[in-house]
Amino acid sequence: MIRHLLSAADLDAATATQILDTAAEMATVAGREVKKLPALRGRTVVNLFYEDSTRTRISFEAAAKRLSADVINFSAKGSSVTKGESLKDTALTLQAMGADAVVVRHPASGAPHRLADWVDGSVVNAGDGTHEHPTQALLDAYTMRSRLGRLAGLHVAVVGDVLHSRVARSNVLLLSTLGAKVTLVGPPTLIPVDIAAALAPGTDVSYDLDVVLPDVDVVMMLRVQRERMKDSYFPSAREYARRYGLDGPRMRRLPEHAIVMHPGPMNRGMEITPEVADSPRSTIVEQVANGVSVRMAVLYLLLGGNKL
Amino acid sequence: MAYPSAAHPSPPRQPSVKVILTAADVSRVVDRIAHQILEKTQGAADTVLLGIPTRGAPLARRLAARISTFEDVAVPVGVLDITLYRDDLRRNATRAVGPTQLPPGGIDGKRVVLVDDVLFSGRTVRAALDALGDVGRPASVQLAVLVDRGHRQLPIRADYVGKNIPTALAESVRVTLAETDGADEVRLYGEALPS
Repeated sequence: MIRHLLSAADLDAATATQILDTAAEMATVAGREVKKLPALRGRTVVNLFYEDSTRTRISFEAAAKRLSADVINFSAKGSSVTKGESLKDTALTLQAMGADAVVVRHPASGAPHRLADWVDGSVVNAGDGTHEHPTQALLDAYTMRSRLGRLAGLHVAVVGDVLHSRVARSNVLLLSTLGAKVTLVGPPTLIPVDIAAALAPGTDVSYDLDVVLPDVDVVMMLRVQRERMKDSYFPSAREYARRYGLDGPRMRRLPEHAIVMHPGPMNRGMEITPEVADSPRSTIVEQVANGVSVRMAVLYLLLGGNKL
Repeated sequence: MAYPSAAHPSPPRQPSVKVILTAADVSRVVDRIAHQILEKTQGAADTVLLGIPTRGAPLARRLAARISTFEDVAVPVGVLDITLYRDDLRRNATRAVGPTQLPPGGIDGKRVVLVDDVLFSGRTVRAALDALGDVGRPASVQLAVLVDRGHRQLPIRADYVGKNIPTALAESVRVTLAETDGADEVRLYGEALPS
């Protein structure tokens, strides 16, 4: 097993499948009388969050607690970071407190990689800048597998703000490892040139959502990340919604079995309409539940055994 | 006239292997345990068999099948994976988690018979008891094993024993079953085997 989870590219097909299979076992814990396993008793997991997050932080916290680990939550707001402490000094502090794993979210791409050099424990990337978010990709893959029964051969459209999306990057890497085909869809300004070739050969790019829809098994809508947008990437929100938003008529053009995913938080009315978000095809709430199981699997596989 | 060369390697020592139960023996032992369960539980009402992976699971299914031939009662069978409850998790590389399948009726208020192939230190059974407490509240718990080889490290004993095998600590007992290994047999090896 790997020591850190920094990128979806760290996972080969066998390891990724092992995580998904373990997650399926972890999911059964949610239905039990005692929703707790003793596997990580006495281990400490630190959630180090330099960026706002609701579901990812809570999801990691719930996952660690269900495995009986001790959880320390650290958010940059209200900490020494506002006094100017560097990431390295914070890392050394956590190290001194005996963290067995650090779950880190940071606005700078690559911060978890640096952190992995500074601490002895395992580092889990919970989203770094516009780079990667591997556990999101794993829970998306888990959701697809449990809804559609397989991953190999699936055609997945990832739609929207690919440029700023760590979710898109991790998903392209993981899905191509697991044998699914990805088509990136969005306005040319939000899809980096050559991204498909750079991430995973075989990935397609399209600028026309309506052409792609009838041919996909999964459509994954990305949030338009206004907080990361410093330029005007499209003329207006209404034009974006008209061309790349998923509404009822567009949804009905999908094949019968196709599912609609969104990593959340949603901009309702922008990339997805309420009609679609609340339809039975939408897996958005399921994704949140699956996130806990997948993160339990990741924490167990990283921390369950002896240290390497 | 050459002296025997000191560098000449002595032939590798053959590990001593002894077959303790043949396929026919295993089948007789399973039949006997099935009868004992019926006797001790007065007809196996409200009884659930839970196999501990790997080889306890097929053994539990066989016991249930034999019980239903002898007395025409259907005993629910399940699998209880104990990986996450082991006390040696952090001494080894991370272990893969297997499936736990409880019978549809659950185990609350039932008499649970845990089934495993070899009873040795008792640590597996301790882990199974912990796991059991987290999935429900059985009325009572019993233990059935194919082989008891002694050397307990915890105060645990079996209610049904297929065969008691006196062993030295350095020896190992290997159970193979048709479902998992292709053939039924129990062997005693003269040395430790990689687990």
